Amino acid sequence: MSRTHPYVPNASPQTKQKMLDSIGVETVEQLFSSIPQKLRLERPLNIPEGFTSEAKLVRHMSGLLGNNKPTTRALSFLGAGAYPHYVPAVCDEVNQRAEFLTAYAGEAYEDHGKWQALFEYTSLMAELLEMDVVNVPTYDGYQATATALRMAGRITQRSKIVCSTAVVSAKLRRIESFLQGALEIVWVEPRKETGLIHTDDVIELLDDTTAAVYLETPNVAGIVEANGENIAQAAHSAGALLVCGLDPLSLGFTESPASWGADILCGDIQSLGLGLHYGGAHGGFIATHDDERFIYEFPSRLFGLAPTRKDGEIGFVDVAYERTSLAMRDQGVEWVGTAAALWGITAGVYLALMGPHGMRELGDTIASRTRYAIDRLAAIPGITVHHVNSPHWREFMITYDNHTAAEVNAKMLDDDIYGGAEAGDLLTSERSVGADGHSLEASSIVCVTELHSTDDIDELVVAFERIMA
Amino acid sequence: MTLQEDTRTHPFQKTLIRNYQAPRWDEPLIFELNAPGHTGVVSNSDGHSAITKSAPENSVQRKTAPNLPEIGQAQVLRHYLRLSQETLGADLNVDIGQGTCTMKYSPKVNEKFAGSSLSADMHPLQDVSTAQGTMEIIHNLQDYLKEISGMDQVSLQAGSGSAAIYGAVKSVQAYHEAQGESTQRDEIITTIFSHPSNAATAKTVGYKVITLYPDENGYPDLEALKSVLSERTAALFITNPEDTGVFNPEITDFVDAVRQVGGVTFYDQANANGLLGIARAREAGFDMCHFNLHKTFSTPHACGGPAAGALCATDELAPYLPGPQVVRTPSRFEWSEQGKYSTPDIRPFYGVVPNLVRAYAWIRALGAEGLRQVAETAVLNSNYLHAELSKIDGLSIPYASGEYRIEQVRYSWQELAEETGISTGEIGARMADYGFHYWTSHHPYIVPEPMTLEPTESYSKQELDEYIATLKLTAEEARQDIDTVKSAPHRSSIHTIDQEATTDPETWATSWRAYRRKYLGEQRSEPSTWVAPANLPIPQRAPKAHHR
Repeated sequence: MSRTHPYVPNASPQTKQKMLDSIGVETVEQLFSSIPQKLRLERPLNIPEGFTSEAKLVRHMSGLLGNNKPTTRALSFLGAGAYPHYVPAVCDEVNQRAEFLTAYAGEAYEDHGKWQALFEYTSLMAELLEMDVVNVPTYDGYQATATALRMAGRITQRSKIVCSTAVVSAKLRRIESFLQGALEIVWVEPRKETGLIHTDDVIELLDDTTAAVYLETPNVAGIVEANGENIAQAAHSAGALLVCGLDPLSLGFTESPASWGADILCGDIQSLGLGLHYGGAHGGFIATHDDERFIYEFPSRLFGLAPTRKDGEIGFVDVAYERTSLAMRDQGVEWVGTAAALWGITAGVYLALMGPHGMRELGDTIASRTRYAIDRLAAIPGITVHHVNSPHWREFMITYDNHTAAEVNAKMLDDDIYGGAEAGDLLTSERSVGADGHSLEASSIVCVTELHSTDDIDELVVAFERIMA
Repeated sequence: MTLQEDTRTHPFQKTLIRNYQAPRWDEPLIFELNAPGHTGVVSNSDGHSAITKSAPENSVQRKTAPNLPEIGQAQVLRHYLRLSQETLGADLNVDIGQGTCTMKYSPKVNEKFAGSSLSADMHPLQDVSTAQGTMEIIHNLQDYLKEISGMDQVSLQAGSGSAAIYGAVKSVQAYHEAQGESTQRDEIITTIFSHPSNAATAKTVGYKVITLYPDENGYPDLEALKSVLSERTAALFITNPEDTGVFNPEITDFVDAVRQVGGVTFYDQANANGLLGIARAREAGFDMCHFNLHKTFSTPHACGGPAAGALCATDELAPYLPGPQVVRTPSRFEWSEQGKYSTPDIRPFYGVVPNLVRAYAWIRALGAEGLRQVAETAVLNSNYLHAELSKIDGLSIPYASGEYRIEQVRYSWQELAEETGISTGEIGARMADYGFHYWTSHHPYIVPEPMTLEPTESYSKQELDEYIATLKLTAEEARQDIDTVKSAPHRSSIHTIDQEATTDPETWATSWRAYRRKYLGEQRSEPSTWVAPANLPIPQRAPKAHHR
């Protein structure tokens, strides 16, 4: 390399020499003397030469990314855990601020703003969820849910989870894997008639070993649970907790499951202004009430508000830090590390921008467009929409009489429509969502958000009519 | 005096000590900006009466709006920009004080790639024919990381280093299950200077954790390792160099000893920045390793994530890795199918894709020769710092005296503490007055009064000299004017926090909502339907602790 790389300033011969002189060695090689020769790589790495200019790198990357066709250049009805919602420009602006983007583990003094922004994220979430305690985000909704259930096991010192099957299958496998050896899982399926979890089916599975009941609302098929309050009472009567998974954005439309009496809420914050990023933009939240028996079982950082020595000034510090693996290694609760803090700050910005009425309008809009799409698709011969009489939000499941979902999506791709997510990839069985007797291979889960106008939905209908004809 | 008068030391010439003042906006909590009727953004809504009366959705529609503040758009922006100013990110700060975190420069151009609509608006389930660009990037990144580690396969699904370590523990478990030995092999061995997540993830999965301590060389004695090995050993999880920066030259003997009893060897490569193109996991004989893309491979640290972890394995362990990988077929890139023994996905979809894009671009900007230059310069910088700081009275450098270290060093202020009564936490708080941050160490403090510095390849000699001069001054201040140091920070955004309130369930305030209830007399904020469960067991709690 003939010139000093812009990212490596002290590699310049003049600077390097000064530093070697200060250390008192002649070559950089001497600094590696503790690494035995037999461990050395004796050849250059087989990696392409670096680009000689930033412009060439940009050209290369633009060429590669140009082989993508993002959802903005098609009409997409894909959801299933990565939801297309509008990302306000201010969310991107704050997310890209150099200070936030490049800060890390700074203390309460040098990074006061980061601590406040994260405390505000947890506080805004606390208002939305109607819970007093929200963690600094963990990796994603899968981790949040798996941890929430392990928390329930530790809190109750019991050994069994009654878990709804109406959850995306990759997440269920993740939960099973995380609970392996710690908690047993028994499954409760939604009723065929409604797609809803029935309280009686839960009661049948409850006993004095049950740590918690877990269900999601809206569930993987978009159905909003209606029996939450009864299920919460049943769980509590058996000495178990109710853990609910939800998308916080849905609370623009429905009440928080906290109002049912749920004990722990959990899920993903991707919908709150994070964008899609090919499935790379996730953060997990866990929320409880302000009860020490719950708080001491969080593995995540929890930020609290505290006074400083100046009157009227506030600062932010860790709450009950001794819970964490950072303080106690394997004697701490699970583990905590770098996860998704900046996504948390961004989600806080989103909630501050939306405000109470923005959230409510958005929630209602998504509900009404989902219902519009359900009604239009249900009228197409050759398509069955499942559980049309149950409340839905953002997603619903359909089955084709004479086609597989893969065939339908392949045809739609010719018209630049990304059809619904293929149910065979998302569900463990048709019974897991109360679609007994229908083929998963012939089913899709369609996602509709505020970004879909009724014209967009009409275009989907026309495409379906053409394929089904 | 005019500008021309003094040509020897012009009036704007700066000393190495910065007269820093942190921004102090005295910014209220966002809830105090609430102004009924104001709004920050109008989304694509129809208004909140859009649901027809006959729709089933009517039965579950909420009756009142959530209790969020109402704030105009510019007001939200201004609030967060002020908070960002009160944050000392690595773009502004000579951020060499977060040793083990590799606070290198995150190139700005990479933000353009990660934020481009061509990347950001991609849905993970769209047809692979429409995602070939991102898939080629991921495929080639897998190949580069294989070459850098010497391993055969790479999973890029993990959301962070600790998540990758968790993935490794689960892979170890799946491997022993496939051999029919998972019940028998219930112990994982690690070292006290390896990241806490090695011990903590193993414990979470259900392993008994055995932790080895260093001898006077700074790494565990081989005999100490051999004494805990048995047919119960599932794996060794070890870092090299550990957080002290001391490279363990006997590492292959460690690996061989573990293999002899049938255990898996995992190399935590969070500290790989000084080894790029120099030494690899393969040559040391490891079965698995991981990289933190937000450390060695430059993706921004983002206040603590999103990050990304790369989990690498030899062919023997590869069938147990979590997550799909991109494979090249004759016609295009495809996602691989999960194998029979694979660890289930540890994350939705394919990983933190924006960081995979950034890491790929960073490697391409440097190339093979540039990566080696990164390692050499990071080690040069660390040893320069080491040489200069060893001249400070009161600062010592435990272990391996006279040896050169790799890319970081854990220093000790013990002598200064004994002399003056100052603590490393207090010196750190004083450094904030000069616009610097440093990190002490994970707990427990094996090195007393610790300070861990890692200058990476990114900072200039002038910047390192400023940091050195400021540490020197702070140590001197501890002797001359200890009250000023003990009461620091003075020029930060806020003053010393009284932490005690946050350790007690009666007084902690975990959210603004909890604060209003506890301190402002607002009515109990739990919904009336929630009753705290009765008769829950009361477990033993750890003694109260603080971050620093």
